Formats: sequence, structure tokens, C-alpha cells
Amino acid sequence: MRYIRPLSIEDAVGQLAGSAGPAAILAGGSDLLVRMKGGFVEPELIIDIKSIAGLRDIRETADGFSIGAAVPCAVLGENAALKKAWPGVVEAAKLIGSKQVQGRCTIVGNLCNASPAADSVPALVAAGARAVVVGPSGKRTIAVETVPTAPGRTSLAKGEIIEAILLDKRAPRSADAYLRFIPRTEMDIAVVSAGVNLTVDAAGIVTAARVAIGAAAPTVLLVEEGAQALIGRKLDEAALERLAKVCAGACRPIDDKRGTIEFRRKVAGVLARRAAQTAYARAGGK
Amino acid sequence: MNFDPRYSNRNFASVGTRPIRPDGVDKVTGRARYGADFNMAGQLVGRVLRSPHAHAKIRKIDTSKAEALAGVKAVITAADLPDLTDGDAAMYDILDNCMARTKALYDGHAVAAVAAIDAHTARQALKLIVVDYEVLPHVTDVDEAMQHHAPLINDTIFTEGLEEKPAKPSNVTKRSQFGHGDVHQGFGHADFIVERSFKTEQTHQGYIEPHACVANVSSDGTADLWVCTQGHFVYRQHCAQLLGMEASKLRVTSSEIGGGFGGKTHVWAEPVALALSRKAGRPVKLVMTRDEVFRASGPTSATSIDVKIGARKDGTITAAEATLRYTSGPYAGTWAEIGAMTAFACYRLDNVKTVGFEVLVNRPKTAAYRAPSAPMAAFAVESTVDELAKELGMDPVEFRIKNAAQEGTRSSYGPVYGPIGIGPTLEAVKNHAHMKAPLKANQGRGMACGFWFNFGGQTCTDLNIGMDGSVSLAVGTVDVGGSRASLSLVAAEELGIAYEQVKAIVADTSSLGYNDMTDGSRGTFSSSMATISAARNAIKILRERAAQMWDISVDDVAWEQGHAVAKGEKHGNLGKLSLKEIAAQSGKTGGPIAGHSELVADGAGVSFATHICDVEVDPETGSTRVIRYTVVQDAGKAVHPTYVEGQYQGGAAQGIGWALNEEYIYGKDGRLQNAGFLDYRIPVCSDLPMIDTQILEIPNPNHPYGVRGVGETSIVPPLAAIANAVSNAAGVRMTHIPMSPPRILAAIEAEREG
Repeated sequence: MRYIRPLSIEDAVGQLAGSAGPAAILAGGSDLLVRMKGGFVEPELIIDIKSIAGLRDIRETADGFSIGAAVPCAVLGENAALKKAWPGVVEAAKLIGSKQVQGRCTIVGNLCNASPAADSVPALVAAGARAVVVGPSGKRTIAVETVPTAPGRTSLAKGEIIEAILLDKRAPRSADAYLRFIPRTEMDIAVVSAGVNLTVDAAGIVTAARVAIGAAAPTVLLVEEGAQALIGRKLDEAALERLAKVCAGACRPIDDKRGTIEFRRKVAGVLARRAAQTAYARAGGK
Repeated sequence: MNFDPRYSNRNFASVGTRPIRPDGVDKVTGRARYGADFNMAGQLVGRVLRSPHAHAKIRKIDTSKAEALAGVKAVITAADLPDLTDGDAAMYDILDNCMARTKALYDGHAVAAVAAIDAHTARQALKLIVVDYEVLPHVTDVDEAMQHHAPLINDTIFTEGLEEKPAKPSNVTKRSQFGHGDVHQGFGHADFIVERSFKTEQTHQGYIEPHACVANVSSDGTADLWVCTQGHFVYRQHCAQLLGMEASKLRVTSSEIGGGFGGKTHVWAEPVALALSRKAGRPVKLVMTRDEVFRASGPTSATSIDVKIGARKDGTITAAEATLRYTSGPYAGTWAEIGAMTAFACYRLDNVKTVGFEVLVNRPKTAAYRAPSAPMAAFAVESTVDELAKELGMDPVEFRIKNAAQEGTRSSYGPVYGPIGIGPTLEAVKNHAHMKAPLKANQGRGMACGFWFNFGGQTCTDLNIGMDGSVSLAVGTVDVGGSRASLSLVAAEELGIAYEQVKAIVADTSSLGYNDMTDGSRGTFSSSMATISAARNAIKILRERAAQMWDISVDDVAWEQGHAVAKGEKHGNLGKLSLKEIAAQSGKTGGPIAGHSELVADGAGVSFATHICDVEVDPETGSTRVIRYTVVQDAGKAVHPTYVEGQYQGGAAQGIGWALNEEYIYGKDGRLQNAGFLDYRIPVCSDLPMIDTQILEIPNPNHPYGVRGVGETSIVPPLAAIANAVSNAAGVRMTHIPMSPPRILAAIEAEREG
């Protein structure tokens, strides 16, 4: 096994593209090291991206925020501007693992691990986040929901690395929220989860919304009907009922050690409803 | 030996205080050495190959490629652990469980092992071992295993305990029965009868430290074993027998222990490590991974229990009956029998009958887990008692008080009780502020009682007084819960010296006589008795030495508050001699001063507890939070109250995990789905409220200080107390443990839909 620590993204991409055997990107390592220790993966090349300039930074630009691929989730919670603009994304990132894990893990790693139960992904999908992908043939920007394609699989081509996550500048009266269900209080993996992002007008009418459900299908679901249930109305009981119903209906869950199909469907609706209420209140809706 | 263990009332100086524990600093600074912290020069890494099948015949094992790998020093299979058990069926089961002989009986069953120069080589070697399996049908569920068409795990098993030997083999190894009176008649006198069926899933003790040992077998046939265990003397016996060694040639040293709870009372890795070391001629360290701990150590039974209780309108129970089916893994056990003994032990019953069935399944061999078998029986009985109280319109505490066992009651399992604590714990609960605290929406309160036998057993202790007057105490019961502190307090109490003057250690198997292991809540009970005895023997010598120093008769020397005091008019002018002064002169008065004790600590004294629990259930998700919890338990005498409270809290915490989320989940393929702490959900700190405790002290008449064991009883009531609370909060009776959110939500939905 070879460990390298390139100083530029181009070098990292070149090394990754040129590797003959299995290679892995190391940022926080909270997934990779566990998988290596368990004997599930045996990479020949490990590329540590933490020393690449800019990858450990959160930048606030005219267009919004750019979060480097090596920024630990705990750092997201220490950025007041990000927290104010995207409280749902930050609360999702701060639910991963334990306090200690949050000091290492990253949202890009969470995205690329491609688990349907990843906590930050539904929040990022609801937020309309985009990923900046650097590869041998250059740079492209894609919607985060197009990155995971199946459990453990991504759409990234050989040699491609996600350099950063982009979050838009907020319209006034916008907010997001994320909720997951776990049997414990912490240090657990979502049985089912929901992220809701919305904008309201001065009268409290929802003008834009995105709803995402996690751990209820092979990949995180962007529930278009859920957004439609909210847009154009206040967050009244009928809208919430409709939201819960369509989210439950959109789920394609499985029975497994963490929960049953029925449980995931029901709770997906409950969480979507509660997340919508939180996001609405945060956005100033009344 | 002329030791009188009877209780006598006294004023304590040291016992009952709360000094810091002697092992505390090393534990919080990381200096303490646990099982995996011991290393030897030239040590190899041992690893075990395990069956991926729940049930399979082993046709052939080809180890040649693994043996040929550079860095591999030994490969063993069952052939390297020949059967030396000489007809001892229980030992044969242990041998077969350590290394499968003809069949793999559960997912995780050891089939081969390697010792190599490093972990990487050992892992590679395991991949090179080829096992030819013939996969057989399997069964993991307790009720399914009892069906006639169930796959047969062992075709030599014919149910014991039936009037006639059955014609066909089955998975039921034994039927047992307890009780007295006539339940049929008793139910005839009942105005109300409640009958319910319950299930509990298999749980693991969840100790944080995995099994770990270092074995070093010398070419002269002697050996050392450094191991994390609850009973190094028992490990020595078992390992020596399985490997064909004389016990005295195997020296076993117990490490610090990161939790055991009954799970470290059985050998798994140790005979394998010794066999590897013997074959390789080098020390071998074997440490289980967490995955191996879950798949291949000893969890508790899964159960299926039916309970029927009848009572008159006035609340008097007229009859109680239970049928209890407990899994024992693929080997015979007595777990249902223990469940059947404990089920109704809290109550005064004229007509009672319990029947236990031991059931084989393709799961790991069941091991003890803190008051083994009692929590599940208590869950079923105490849930039914609560339902019956509801039917009667009686307060559940009052109903239990009315029927509680007392001194002189014939217990449901046979013996007549001496002074016991069930009534006092119920009265304490009745008067506790917790019972009167208001509840909010979606909250519910439950309470339940629990019983445990406690155990005494063989114990041997040495107390040595140094020339500087400090005291070293060597005990043979592994310290799992602060017993070194408690035993130091007892030695200080008896000798009349300061706690700080005593240093207790756990001695290895070559330094002391045999000790039973630390189980059955016996550690402090039995070793304190032996310590008192050893101290009294030392005092006898101290008095003799003082008499010699004064040149008077020993009959005129008394021992008072750490000093020899000359008695009688003619010695009135002699100043008293301290222990330190006598010790300083010991070289001139006859040599070292020591007290020894070997005894069987009888009369452990049964233990009772009553718990109160408040929960909040989210009716939309089935999520449960324990918001308040109170333990009331009889300790006889709390030697070190902080560690008694710790035992109360620890049992409650484990019970909360068991009640709400912990369970072994098997797939259709018979493989364990959740062999790790992520999906086997023990509670984390934030899941638990501060657990309040109340210590009652009803002296045990069979111990000089009145001590009873306290370690286990605290896990008996929680399943039932929480089930009663959840049932009250959710408005539906929960009959399946764990009450995980999907189960609670399904029950709420079913109730709603009628």
C-alpha cells in the first residue's frame, strides 16, 4: 500500500487517474479507515487530499458558499454565516457519527460513500447543492443528487475527485431543516430521514421548496411531489398531510436490521412534515 | 479453621465509607493493563477461521496452503485439540464450541486457527484454508426449533425430564418443573385470570473489552496464560483439562477486566491460543474482534414464555403458572430451568407451577448474562401481574405488596425464605417521591420487582502484614465492580486500621488456592467473608506476638481498634501496641505475620429489587425515551455504597438497552446481521437519565457484616418495569422485547385500527 499527500488537485487527479490497482481518496477517513480495518477494501494507493490548497476552506462568495472537500463537519458548525444561511445542511453534517468523528468526517466523503442513509446528503439535495468535479478532462459542476447512483456507487469517472460543494446565496425568507430517525439519541445511522428547504413570501406563502428523503431507496430521493404539496400555499394542515402522504408514497424502502418497510414509509412522512414545520418557522413563515 | 460467619450487629468504622478505588488512577490514566495489553518477546498473532454457515457438516479442511505461507508458524484444527474429556459431556461441548469437530453449529463457529508473525500474514493465511462444507438446514427461532419438522441440531438428544424417554430425538434437551400446591384448583378459586404470551430476543452482555489472551507454552510442558476473565481458576481447570495438562503447570493471571457480566465465565479463545502456542513453540496473542465477540462468544437466551395468573376480587393471587422456553445455542443448557425457578420468586403463592424447556438453536452457545434467565421471566410475570392489577382495579404496588413473599414463605422454587427484602423494597417504592411525580402527555410510568438467588462458593484469601505495618491482601476473585476497594475496607475494618494501609490485589492461580469465579454476585460477599476470616487469623498471631513482646499470656491480650491491649489488673501499666509496632518486631518474634483463609461461603442470601420507570413514547414514530428511573434494592450491608449504587445503575442501564433496542438479528440464511455496536444498539450516555438509587440494608444472617451480593438483581426488573411504562404510555400492552420503535409503532397502529 502506498500513501501519498499531493499538494495540488491536478497532481491528485493525475495520480488517481494513473493508478493501476484500487485507489482511494482520503479526507477524514471515517469511512475509508473503518472499511480497511474491516477488510472490506484493500487499496493499493491512498491519496490524502488534506494538504491541497483551499480544500480545507469554506469560502463565502457573491454566489453563495463553497465548501472544500476536506472541511470537517465540525467546522461547518463553527461557521456562523453558513449556519445562518443553511441551518439544515449544518445540522445534518453535525449528526454524523460522534463528536470525535465529526472532527474528521467531511460532507464530500459522506456524499461519495454513497450510502442511502448518509445524513448530510438529503439535506444537500434539498438545498440544491452542486458538486465541483475535477478530472483528467477538466472541471464540471453537477447536482449532488447525480453523484450517488446506487449503494456504494457514484457517477464519478476514473480519476475524478470532488473538490468542493457549492451552496447558493439565499433569497430572503429562506431556510432548510433536516431530521432523521434513529432509535438512540446519537452515534447511529438514519433508519429514514428527511430534508426540506423552502422560501416563503411576506405573507407566509411558500414560493419555492425542495424535499428529499433518505434511507428509503437505493439513493436519496428528491420528492418533486413533496415540493408541489408545499408551493403556493401556507404550511397549513392540508399541505402537511399531503406532504406526508406523498413522501411516504415516494419511498421504495426495504426490510432490514434497521427497520421495516411500513415503519420507514410512515416515519418518512412524519419526518418530512416535522422538517417542513421547522424550515418554515426558520424562514419566518407564520 | 474455626470461623463463625453469623451476622452480629456492630458499629462500622471503615465499612460503609466511600474511599477512591485502588485501581482507579491507572484506569483513568490508561496505565491499567487489560487483556490485550500484555505482550511477550517473540509473540505471534493468532486468528480464528469461523464458519459462515449456521449449520454445516465439515467434510474436509485443507490447511496446506496456509501452512506453506511465509510467516505462518502454526495452523490448527479440531485434530490439534483431541478429545480428552473422558465422557464429561459438558466439557465436550466446551471443546466442540472452541473448535468445531464434525459440524459447524452456528454462524461464527471456530473451525481452524493460525499463528503468524503479524496480523496481515495471519489474515492472509485464513484466506488460504479451504473448508469443504455440506450446508445443512438450520433453525434460529426458539418456537420454530421446538416444532416436529424443525431441522435437528443434534440427533443424540432425547428430551430429559419427561416421564418416558421420547421415541425420537428433538431440539429440546430438557424439561424441568418447579412449584407446589395445585394450580388447577387455584385457578378455580380465582375471580380474575390473566393469560399472556411473551417473547424476548437474544442479547449480548456488551462488555466493551473484547476477549483477549496471551498463551505461552514451554517445551517442558508448563504454560502461562494472561487473560481477561471473570475466573482465572476456572479457566485454568478447563484449559488444563482440554489440553491434557496438570492444573499446577498452567499458571493463569487475570488482567484488568473491561466488563464481563457473565460473558467472561467461559473459555473460547484460550484453549485455541494454548494449542497454537504449543504447536508453534512461541507465545501467541489472540484478541477477538467485535464481530467475533458478537458472533462467537456467549450471548443470553432468546425466549418464548406463557404466563397465567389468577386472583380473587380482594387481590389475593390464587394460582400462578408459567411455561418458559429458552434457547441454549447448539449445546445443552439449564437456562429455562433457572428462569422457571426465578419466575414467581417474589410472591407468596399457595399454588404455583413453572415448566422450563431448554431449546437447541443454531446460535452461539448461551452464556450467563447478569442474573441469567431471570430478566426474561420477570418481564413475562411482572407484565402479567400489572395486567391482572388493572383487571382487579388495584394499584400495581398495592397488589404486589398484598402478595409479596415474606420471611417464612415457601418460595416457588422450593426453599423457605429467611429475612428478605421484597416487602421493604415495595414499601420504599410506594413511599418514593418518584411514584407521585406528575406525568405529561405521551408519558407512562411502570414498576416491577425482581429476584436473584446470589451465590457464595469456594474462596481462598491471603492477608500479609509487612514489616512497615502495611497490609497486602491477595484475593482470588476477579475484581469486576470495585471489590478490591470493598475488600480493603473489610480488612481495614477487621484489623482496626486505615483503608489506605491496605492494598488488595487479585493473585494468580499459582499463588492462592482455588477460587470459584466472580459470578452469582459472589465477589464481595464471599471474598469479604474470607478476608474477615484471614484478618481474624492474622489478629490471633498479632496477639501472640504482642504477648511475646510483653512476656505475658496471650489470653491476656485483646485486639482493639488496631492495637494489642493487655488485659487484667497485673498488666495495667502496659501501653497498647499498634499493628505497626508489632509488625516492626516480627523478625525477632517469629517471622512474618499473615492470615490465611479457605472456605466455602454458604448462605449468600437472596436478593430483591423494585424499580420505577417513566418513559415518553412518540406515538408517530414509536420512539421511546426513558425520562426517569429509580432503583430500590436490598444490599444486606453496602460495604462501599458508591459501588453498590454503580451496580444498581449498571444493571438498570443494561436492562434499558435490552428492553428497548438490543437484539440479535438473524437473516434467513442464519447469519447474524448486526455483529457490531452500530446496529446492536446498547444505550449511549445521552439515552439515559441519571438513574436514582436507594439502598436498603436488611442484614444477611449468614455473613458477619450482613452483606448480600448486589451485582445482578438490578438487571432483573428493568425489562418489565419499562414494558409496563411503555404499555401505559402507548396504551397498548407490549409483549415482545426489545420494544424497538418499529414494534411499538406497529402495536400502536394495530390498536388504533382495532
